[in-house]
Amino acid sequence: MGGTSILAISVFAFFVAVTLGLSFYLGSRTRSAHSYFAAGGQIHWFVNGVAFAGDYLSAASFLGICGMIAFFGYDGFLYSIGYLAGWVVALFVVAEPMRRLGKYTFADALDAKFHSRGIKLAAAISTLVVSIFYLIPQMVGAGALIQPLLNLPHWVGVVAVGAVVVVIVMTAGMASTTYVQFLKGGLLVLFSFILSLLILNRGFKTVEPESVSQPQTIAKLADGKTMINGVLKDGTPNGGKLRPAGEVLKLPNGEKETGPLGPIEFFQVFRESKIVLWKTTNTTEKDGTKVTTYTPTPTDGVDILRPGQAPIFQGIRGKSLAPKIDFLSLMLALFCGTASLPHILIRYYTVKDEAAARKSTVVGIATIGFFYVLTLYIGIGAMTSGALDLTDTNMAAPLLAKSFGELLFAIISAIAFTTVLGTVSGLIVAASGAVVHDVCTSYLQWKLNDHEKVRLGKISAVGVGIIAIVLGILFQKMNVSFLVGWAFSVAASANLPSLVMRLFWKGTTRQGITASIIVGMASALIWILLSGESYSKIYGLKAEDAIVPFSQPGIVTIPLGFLVLILVSLATPHGRASDSNE
Amino acid sequence: MVDLSGHSAEDRQFSSKRESQRNARYGGILFLIYLVVYAIFVGLNTFMPEIMDRVPFAGLNLAIVYGVGLIVFALILALVYSWLCRVSIPHSVEGDSKSATGKED
Repeated sequence: MGGTSILAISVFAFFVAVTLGLSFYLGSRTRSAHSYFAAGGQIHWFVNGVAFAGDYLSAASFLGICGMIAFFGYDGFLYSIGYLAGWVVALFVVAEPMRRLGKYTFADALDAKFHSRGIKLAAAISTLVVSIFYLIPQMVGAGALIQPLLNLPHWVGVVAVGAVVVVIVMTAGMASTTYVQFLKGGLLVLFSFILSLLILNRGFKTVEPESVSQPQTIAKLADGKTMINGVLKDGTPNGGKLRPAGEVLKLPNGEKETGPLGPIEFFQVFRESKIVLWKTTNTTEKDGTKVTTYTPTPTDGVDILRPGQAPIFQGIRGKSLAPKIDFLSLMLALFCGTASLPHILIRYYTVKDEAAARKSTVVGIATIGFFYVLTLYIGIGAMTSGALDLTDTNMAAPLLAKSFGELLFAIISAIAFTTVLGTVSGLIVAASGAVVHDVCTSYLQWKLNDHEKVRLGKISAVGVGIIAIVLGILFQKMNVSFLVGWAFSVAASANLPSLVMRLFWKGTTRQGITASIIVGMASALIWILLSGESYSKIYGLKAEDAIVPFSQPGIVTIPLGFLVLILVSLATPHGRASDSNE
Repeated sequence: MVDLSGHSAEDRQFSSKRESQRNARYGGILFLIYLVVYAIFVGLNTFMPEIMDRVPFAGLNLAIVYGVGLIVFALILALVYSWLCRVSIPHSVEGDSKSATGKED
């Protein structure tokens, strides 16, 4: 990865300084609990719309999706489609009622008529669980960025993000978080657009087949030493490094170089080209040496631009039903998950009314949708950039930027880091709001004045930040997109049934809502913990031994949440019925 | 309480309620339209992925055209929804038609 770049550090430090400066400035103007937890409901709808993008376009979107497209092709784009589709649910179903019914937390909207401590507690637990699940991939992404940027270990990046975010949230809460997200959302889309233009301008260029014919290996010896391509990794510049990857072997009509391409022409040429993808295999030798082999696999562009190339989606082209259901389940969770994420839902409280909530969601859809289209160009650009790190799918986009020069690498890396800051800030505000308002004030019925609520919110932010740091270090090796898929499943299973039924079914009771949240959340979590992915990637066991037949729980647990709510509501006294129109 | 234009708080609340109902109705219809288009996309990818290899337009395969199309379609529906919901329901009209709308409900 090379040594530390002064330019990269300077740009990085500038971004962090601006972020913190903004937070301290806004912090001096934040007095009440309403301004701390909901920015006083005074954010302009356009700012809120771009902040939606800043909140939502997390490390999973920028690092994870671009990395997945870069390594496997079209399959990563399926995440882009699913994530964006979720905003349709948010706009058409949730946005305006949320703004009308709530004030601080997601639980406010659920509990607006019932005034139930059970609902508050269940919703608070769900908010904390979803937020922490969502925090993991963000922190993993932060660690992945710090390594090449500052030449520091993964855990340093995780701790740095945790520390900066806690400062952002402690200074001005939702106000600082909103403006950090606004800046980050705008910069992310702008520089992704610039990066895409550079990719189109560069076009494709072939390499000699001999230069990519050899496999690459990483051997972890029993004595703890690491050999890379047969050379001992000793930390020195020449001490064992993988060759960067990402080559075009053949272009249409035997061309060696295309020159600048138009946005449609880019895909037309790519479809008719041959690209080197790298297949990964892991083996253990008799002496205990663990060998990872990366084998160059020339692949037709036409195959890369279709679904079913990535290991997790390959099953959709097979005969077995389980992988197909797994895929359906993931796409359902992405569709239903967006409108169930607590840190997204509370953003509706930062604008003044329902019309502003609606307009800001439209701006969010435009900004986020534009970015997701760009992920295709960035991912394929990275795949053919000759700059990929085979050991880290999450670094594809920043390393692509590096292939255009150190300055763009520094800016893109700093934006990616700010991306993590923006999303993590939102998650921590959501979690601390749930602790203060739902648990302490509503469930435990503590009598707190405004000042005490804000102080407790800041203490909660520190606590959640520490948990996020620890989990970010523990889950270092997981692809961030995949982890976010799980977070969406938990959010959709726990929150969406109660939210939708609360708004649109008059027979909903408080017991039904509470039961639905608890059952939806618990079933999704248990399913994930018993899945093949958890067996292989967390416990180190065989995926085939997993108890549940597929990894993504949504297709079972989201309907289960609805079913539980309906059955429990029918079996319990109606009490204060909900009304979709209040 | 009556405002400067002569409308009571009850009138304003009723008007707002009608507006919310109208927006929810539009939202529900547009949501269902998008849900169908998205479900077809997911279904094709799951059970007939080979269809995604077809080239319907400008040398692009269906996977790209449908995928990008879904993103653009979401934005178009969002703009349509925004346009449909742009007009506030006047207090006076609603006040005059309270009894009629009550029957409708």
